[in-house]
Amino acid sequence: MIEISHVSHQIAGASILSDVSLTIPRGGITALIGPNGAGKSTLLSLIARLTPLQGGQITVDGADVTMTPTDALARRLSILRQDNSVAARLTVADLVGFGRYPHHKGRPTAEDRVHVEQALEMMGLHPLSGRFLDELSGGQRQRAFVAMVLAQDTDYVLLDEPLNNLDMKHARQMMERLKEAAQASGKSFVIVVHDINFAAAYADLIVALKDGRLHSLGTPEEIVNRPCLRDVFELDIAVETVGGHPFALHQIAPEPLVDT
Amino acid sequence: MAGLSLMIGASDMTLGAVFRGEGDDTLILLASRIPRTLAIILTGASMAISGLIFQMLTRNKFVEPSTAGTAESAGLGLLIAVALFPTTSLLVKMVIAAGCAIAGTLLFLKILDRLPPREPLLVPLVGLMLGGVIGAVATFFAYQMDLLQYLGIWTTGEFSGVLRGRYELLWLTGGLAVIGYLFADRFSIMGMGRDVSITLGLNYRAVMWTGLIIVSVTTAVVVVTVGAIPFLGLIVPNIVSRIMGDNLRAAVPWAASLGAGALLLCDIIGRVIRQPYEIPIGTIFGVIGSMIFLYLLLGRQSHAVR
Repeated sequence: MIEISHVSHQIAGASILSDVSLTIPRGGITALIGPNGAGKSTLLSLIARLTPLQGGQITVDGADVTMTPTDALARRLSILRQDNSVAARLTVADLVGFGRYPHHKGRPTAEDRVHVEQALEMMGLHPLSGRFLDELSGGQRQRAFVAMVLAQDTDYVLLDEPLNNLDMKHARQMMERLKEAAQASGKSFVIVVHDINFAAAYADLIVALKDGRLHSLGTPEEIVNRPCLRDVFELDIAVETVGGHPFALHQIAPEPLVDT
Repeated sequence: MAGLSLMIGASDMTLGAVFRGEGDDTLILLASRIPRTLAIILTGASMAISGLIFQMLTRNKFVEPSTAGTAESAGLGLLIAVALFPTTSLLVKMVIAAGCAIAGTLLFLKILDRLPPREPLLVPLVGLMLGGVIGAVATFFAYQMDLLQYLGIWTTGEFSGVLRGRYELLWLTGGLAVIGYLFADRFSIMGMGRDVSITLGLNYRAVMWTGLIIVSVTTAVVVVTVGAIPFLGLIVPNIVSRIMGDNLRAAVPWAASLGAGALLLCDIIGRVIRQPYEIPIGTIFGVIGSMIFLYLLLGRQSHAVR
């Protein structure tokens, strides 16, 4: 599990996170939600040691992220950032192959190739594997990056808006595949999602951040309801139940609630 | 092409004569033609690889030792070495030049940190400016100390002076190129940026330093022995990248062969066009290289529009 205790962070004097403490359990999908600027991406990059920790402590299965050697951590935890502007001309297969680097350090084995194949398969990238990244559409590129992170085969996978640029079909497919992987191999995914309904339908745990603080944490039913969402997003959203999941109708303003 | 290079030169020499052991032919082959050909191959291959690594480290396709102040810094270092310690060996001078090249490149990378990342063309512009400033300082001191003609020799690559005993330092660049190849995966990952590098467990600083040292020392050795060859490290990696992509494991051998081949070709042309005189290789490469580079730039444009 990932334990975050009393983490605070400032950028240029502005407080981004203040005294955040929470525990992300092992196995399953944890969704981070919250308005823009709530500190979701910062929290992810602190967990993944991309940003140096300023205050507090973060451990992954007991290992302090600031003390653990970076190559050891790379075999436990991987992250995909929000903006992946890679200027290098790599093929999809090359890119996904580099996901195996923490394991083979430059000498790929048969096992590494199996993982690369599986990751390509999972993201439906086989027809594109020989193409260069700059010849792909935004959504195809996004899938290639997710495949790279999956090939890294870590217990913990942090994904910052993995559904960016994806069409409906591929967005749903990606969430289904992640869910399968979480259930089949006990992996833990921590994902930032903007579409609250993906969080409601696929996440086991939802963490809501607001203004750099932990707002609330709970099951989809506990978080995706009208009062809680109104508090987090400062927006009145009607919530229905569809197929056993709460479903937020956030695109349209709801009938006002009658205060009693 | 290497064979052709061995056969061509101001003095008449035939293989038959070498085998019969006649006249000076064997001497010409061993003392001049073979060293020259080897020097060209080593220079071409290692400068191309340096350019490739440099472009990965800076994530910018327009960066190479002569557009980042590295070559000028090496020249300045060599000038300092010649001025202060005129009697020391070539090796010591090379070490001083390499130290200055590292310092200059470090300065370039520091400036790079402050540039907006979305302006790729700004990077080589700033590098050229930095190189211009360092070059101006070098010219000033060279003028003061009456060493201007030396500076001219160092900044325009030329192989006619390469004889046995005067090129062996270049083998060092061969060694560095091999190290570059061994680190190929790491440099490729660096090319994907800091975040991806850390995620994949790379020691970002260590790899950055390794690359910096390979590029700077290679440049310094080339400047000390044969003189800088501008744009070789720019054009060759760009061609290779267009065709092969940026996975260095595959691209490094291609860059090395293409760099060596291109330089050999330019050297042969330079030697043949006005026999028995020579046109410096830098001039030939400048003409052909800039044409190829323009073609690449324009080609990319139409690629982007499509």
